[in-house]
Amino acid sequence: MKPKVAFFDFTGCEGCQLDALNLEGEELLDLLNAVDIVNFREVKTEREDSYDIAFVEGSITRESEIPRLQKIRNQAKVVVALGACACIGGINCLKNHLPMEDALRIVYGEDAKYYDTIPARPADAVIPVDYYVRGCPPTTAELLKVIKALLLGKKPDIPSYPVCVECKMAGNVCVFERGMTCLGPVIRAGCGAICVTSGRHCWGCRGLVEDPNVDSEKDILQKYGLTVEQVVEKFKIFNTYAEVTK
Amino acid sequence: MKQVNVNVHQVSRVEGHGNIVLNAKDGKIEELRWEVTESPRLFEAMFRGRYYEDVPHIASRICGICCIAHTTASIQATEAAFGIQPSEQTLLLRRLLYNAEILESHILHILFLAAPDFLGVGSVFPLVETHKDVVVMALRLKKLAYNLAELIAGRKTHPISCIVGGFAKLPDLGELKAIRGRLENALVDLDTTVELFRTLSIPDFNRETEYIALKDPKEYAFISGEIASTDAGIAPLSNYLEVTNEFCVPHSTAKYTKNKRDSYMVGALARFNINHEQLLPRAKRAAKELGLSAPCHNPFMITAAQIVESVHVVQDSLNIIDQILARGLAEEDNTVKVRAGRGIGAVEAPRGILFHDYTYDDNGVLTKANCIIPTNQNHNNIQKDMEGLVPLILSQPEDEIRHTLEMLVRAYDPCISCSAHSLKVTFK
Repeated sequence: MKPKVAFFDFTGCEGCQLDALNLEGEELLDLLNAVDIVNFREVKTEREDSYDIAFVEGSITRESEIPRLQKIRNQAKVVVALGACACIGGINCLKNHLPMEDALRIVYGEDAKYYDTIPARPADAVIPVDYYVRGCPPTTAELLKVIKALLLGKKPDIPSYPVCVECKMAGNVCVFERGMTCLGPVIRAGCGAICVTSGRHCWGCRGLVEDPNVDSEKDILQKYGLTVEQVVEKFKIFNTYAEVTK
Repeated sequence: MKQVNVNVHQVSRVEGHGNIVLNAKDGKIEELRWEVTESPRLFEAMFRGRYYEDVPHIASRICGICCIAHTTASIQATEAAFGIQPSEQTLLLRRLLYNAEILESHILHILFLAAPDFLGVGSVFPLVETHKDVVVMALRLKKLAYNLAELIAGRKTHPISCIVGGFAKLPDLGELKAIRGRLENALVDLDTTVELFRTLSIPDFNRETEYIALKDPKEYAFISGEIASTDAGIAPLSNYLEVTNEFCVPHSTAKYTKNKRDSYMVGALARFNINHEQLLPRAKRAAKELGLSAPCHNPFMITAAQIVESVHVVQDSLNIIDQILARGLAEEDNTVKVRAGRGIGAVEAPRGILFHDYTYDDNGVLTKANCIIPTNQNHNNIQKDMEGLVPLILSQPEDEIRHTLEMLVRAYDPCISCSAHSLKVTFK
């Protein structure tokens, strides 16, 4: 029997699911030979309540999403957090800086009372998560790598070193040398330093490395005349949840 | 006594979460609602206090499908606030990047989300067995659009290189030349798509409404122009609040909009109705072959209009690449001078007209933001279409009614996550 795979979306842009469809013809055929995709509301009408591997996309931002996620945890053998919102809380957590009532009033004015929202959080703030496919968005290659590893019963081999390593390998000029702030020294690699390669800086969407060398980042900032505040402001974009809970 | 109860919880094959509720008894409709149940995202609150260069990056995350539209509207609003006029080169690259998104999003809808309805299956997956060539073609077109965006902006989903003032990195001319050939082939694939859709039967349902889209005298407008309405004529972008008139509907769904009538339509069919004369020749030909002529009042033809626009953007991309190859690309100074002020950006997202309106302080920090999203502008029109359609089909079996209503919602290709502001729904 082929393992049953399900995709579930919580609060987010659904870009991770869409990128999962960004496969070459043969890749999709191979994937469908290896697994049964039983739940994928974004592209599929039929639904099943029985599945082995659950991919969970989006952050948790409503009370009603908590029991839904717990039910998925009870049902699935393996739960994989897909994308920055599910892995680290992501961009949705930017609203956590404001009291919820204020955030609602900014958007909805007088009608704010109709809305249900709680401070945004990643999936593992609610349930235990087995694996993480990081990034905003994750790469299709990494998603396939994780699926393959799960099918073989192996632990997916995902880099735990910082983005700087991949950035050097990509032959980029260091962002600090160009007079800008970068999160590369403390953020997990695996993206191939795509943002720096595309002319910008690392925004931190894959989350902090396990043991970030904060002192070294501070030394770098000092060397280039930048402040901790500037970096923290950039860091908050995807990592408000980590910042606030620390 | 005949009872009809249709309750579709979370319509599938649409982006985001919405429900259809229909209860009828003895031919009388007791309840009929299109409900939006997406979580509030509160983007306008997230933007507040952010430095200008972070704002388009955050705006992109409003939606995974139309991220280039949100990024572009965001960049334009910021440029308008700072008084920046982008260079001709930047505008060419932006349009090319934009075309990639229109193509990707339309192909996703036409061949992955809508086609299964017409072919009588529940998703694209069974089509792998029965219509393998169509699925492979769909993936090929989608990949091409993705690669084109990747070439210009580093990535399709959440583009990187497009920034306020220009591009942080320029594409390689050799790669542009290489992708040109694939775009030529895409025109052939789109001919096949036209052929496929010609053979399918489209529900015959016409309901005239107000149509609103950007209009630019120079070209079929996607990222430039003013607000055009079939009822009210042309209005400057600064009038967008008077055109959209957002209002909350506490009993049911997201923020609604209306202008001259009870509701209006935005998106591919609205653009086609307003700008069809500016389509490139091959797109005009596709429209003719699909039996699409302006004005068209059948919402099920939105998919046909998307096919026509797909042809248009591929042909336009070929033209842009030829222009770029002829003139070359030069490194430009993208230095941004911030200043206090307000700016409005408007683009035609795949699903319709999109507004971002920002106010910045003199440090370039955003103090106020408002975004009006295409799908929110269509919610009210979807409701009115349902009210027009249901009496015509009420004698049919419940399953067919359900299917037709789902098809109607899907025809609009709603992108509900985008509804940056939307409401909680309580069920009876």
